[in-house]
Amino acid sequence: MSVPLLQLTRVAKSFGAVRALKGVSFDLRPGEVHALLGENGAGKTTLMKVITGAHSPDEGVLEIAGRRVRHLSPAGARRLGIACIYQQLALFPDLTVAENIALRLDTPHALERVRRQAQRERARQLLQRLGAAVSPDAEVRGLSLPAQQLVEIASALGAGARIIIMDEPTASLTRREVELLFNLVRGLRADGAGIIYISHRLEEIFQLADRVTVLRDGESVGTRVLRAEKQPRPCDEADRAAPAPGSAPTPAATLVEKDGAGGARRPPPIAVQSADANVTAGELIRLMVGREVSQIYPPAAGPAGGSVLCLKDVGCAAAGVHQVTLELRAGEIIGLAGLVGAGRTELARVLFGITPADSGEMVLAGQPVAIGSPRQAIALGIAYLPEDRRRHGLVLDLPVAANITMAIHRRLFPGGWLRLGAERSLALEMIRALAITPPTPETPARSLSGGNQQKTALARWLAAKPKVLLLDEPTQGVDVGAKSEIHKLIRGLAAEGLAVLLISSDLPEVLGMSDRIAVMRGGTVAAMLPGHSEAHVVMAAALGQGEGSVA
Amino acid sequence: MRRYSRELSVAGALLAALLALAAFAPGFYQAQPLLSLLTREAPALVVACGMALVLISRQIDISVGSQFAVCSVCAGLLAAAQWPLALVAPAAVLLGAALGAFNGALVAGLGLPSIVVTLATMVAWREGLRWLRQGLWVDLPDGLQWFGLRQSAGQWTLIGLALVVLAALALGSRHLAAGRFVYAVGSDAEAARLAGIRPRLTTFGVFVFMGALAGLAGMMNVVQSPQVDPNSGTGLELKTIAAAVVGGIAVSGGRGNLWGVLGGLLLLACVSPALTHLHVEPHWEKAIQGGIILGAVAAEGLHRRKGNR
Repeated sequence: MSVPLLQLTRVAKSFGAVRALKGVSFDLRPGEVHALLGENGAGKTTLMKVITGAHSPDEGVLEIAGRRVRHLSPAGARRLGIACIYQQLALFPDLTVAENIALRLDTPHALERVRRQAQRERARQLLQRLGAAVSPDAEVRGLSLPAQQLVEIASALGAGARIIIMDEPTASLTRREVELLFNLVRGLRADGAGIIYISHRLEEIFQLADRVTVLRDGESVGTRVLRAEKQPRPCDEADRAAPAPGSAPTPAATLVEKDGAGGARRPPPIAVQSADANVTAGELIRLMVGREVSQIYPPAAGPAGGSVLCLKDVGCAAAGVHQVTLELRAGEIIGLAGLVGAGRTELARVLFGITPADSGEMVLAGQPVAIGSPRQAIALGIAYLPEDRRRHGLVLDLPVAANITMAIHRRLFPGGWLRLGAERSLALEMIRALAITPPTPETPARSLSGGNQQKTALARWLAAKPKVLLLDEPTQGVDVGAKSEIHKLIRGLAAEGLAVLLISSDLPEVLGMSDRIAVMRGGTVAAMLPGHSEAHVVMAAALGQGEGSVA
Repeated sequence: MRRYSRELSVAGALLAALLALAAFAPGFYQAQPLLSLLTREAPALVVACGMALVLISRQIDISVGSQFAVCSVCAGLLAAAQWPLALVAPAAVLLGAALGAFNGALVAGLGLPSIVVTLATMVAWREGLRWLRQGLWVDLPDGLQWFGLRQSAGQWTLIGLALVVLAALALGSRHLAAGRFVYAVGSDAEAARLAGIRPRLTTFGVFVFMGALAGLAGMMNVVQSPQVDPNSGTGLELKTIAAAVVGGIAVSGGRGNLWGVLGGLLLLACVSPALTHLHVEPHWEKAIQGGIILGAVAAEGLHRRKGNR
């Protein structure tokens, strides 16, 4: 067996009293995709940061290509060929795409001239290989989240890295972009790179990964082989022939030119380790949470009630939304499906008054309304859980309790005097209901893990007891156990009479949770489909190739 | 307790300094000069409290010295025109609030950076005052000094007033919704807006409040001597920002506690008399104060870096 690209032995890391990693052993072989699964707070992000040199472990041994490495720094990790695409993107919003990529890839001498043209060209090539329709001169601040992610992936790949870590890379990508990414990953794997793939999407892991390791509470609870491990047959000269003239080299292969592997294709490998039999999603989930969790979505309690919010030809030119006609009814969950860029988040922002509507009519509980600001929307009983919770869903410097009560100040604190006791008990109630860890209301929001921050943001809106709940990717980056809890909560809220609009890129979630599905395309509702429709019908409508456009 | 770690360390530093003075310069501890020192610093404490709130909301106001001077002079002129004290004091506060509102309208209303706006108003008001008064001092009527009380009673009144303002603001920032809004807006204005808070109104309010406190401080200054110097208040902005920063207020907004401001101000204020009693050249005052500021900010930075790594 070849030397592993990366080997971690009994690595431990604590932050004050919190033991994030309790002695994790992990290895990555060349030419494999090794998935990493775990609930929020299990230690995946910390493990990644140890590998990339952002944190130094308290105990344990880190070996790269068989050589022990001490005191790894981020720059050192980059030099050793480790690249990482974080879940929380680390781009510079005021610089262009080309400048961002150049910053990642080049380490120029301080007095060296900036070669703009070459940088732009390289950025353009990298983006083209990813099939990304992003201009190298675009300012990152103006790019959507998925586009920013593609820039991150382009710069990581452009560095010719051998160890690539991807943290939830497909969270905001369309199906087409996901497929392109998978092809890239497969190409990298074929060239001997190792990819650590962190994702909550089990179907992707089964599609892509060779092995999967499950972390729980800072420990590794098991590694399963999904695909037989293959050993490359020794190459001989004949196999090293250059690709036939006239045939275009595969995009993924040319990306690792820096490695010297060129465009040579390897001969078919020999299997040396068979896959573990019967690795099912259920078993992985059980390893992750330590208990059985079903993936069935909670059903509707009863038929929908009266109309709560009725939209007629609503549009907002600035947001690119036009002629949206939709009715949200009490007790009903409407799933808003569509490709990235179809206008789902934009519609939610119009409904919440962030970008107010400039055409059409809105009727809320029988009264015509004009929603001009978030404050007005909240007063009218509309709640919005935004897509990017870290940037705008929470005030990170304030504690969990303060964040939870932020939207209900008028009601909870009449007269402007804060009743800290009442706030604390409400916060404890929410913490219990949503299983937020750590369960102390005084924790600053900044120190929670991603999934727990999401739960706190959700708790804020649950506390507001709204009439209409707009959820934008509520389970993004949340682990399977918590996802199921949140689904039950959403269904429970609907049963209490709320009208819920659920935006999600997770198609099974949309299909499983919605009573009706509104498919958006090009800034308007292209089709209304019944809940539990077939995935391909929804996708066809989203792509504009559908029959069955029932308004 | 961990939440107050910064304030406690400032208090600790102050205590250490006072103990060192007791050991090496016991001449520092004389009742009358100490009382005078505290009285002189009382208006600065009031302004520093306002400045702390401004910093927490992620803004800055460097025009406070000019506001202070304008309000002092106008209060003096009103008093010289035989207005009763009960009317002069509110007038000074209202004038300060109006000046603050001007800052606030430009920063919150037009979205201009606060450092640029308050730099402009600092210069404009100072120069306007100079042009108006031509450097002339204002002679105050007799009954005004020390509120018409004996000197020591007046001094204790001023000190007590400053402490009351500090306590009110410290408690209010923690127990009033408005206080929390200031922290939220300073930490992340967009997140606050999405939660239904009005960031622009909050910012406007902070500047108005700052101006009102500058006006109050101006009034507190006026009653301390029989004349008003139109050049008073120069350097006040630096002193109060330094006191806030030493006391733990983050310039990046969203964090910090008002109690620390008291420690910061006292620590910086005792440097000058301490030097006198230690028979050190008084020129070292600014350098030592600068050292204290650097030390406080560096300690915070190192502590934060250790926590992250």
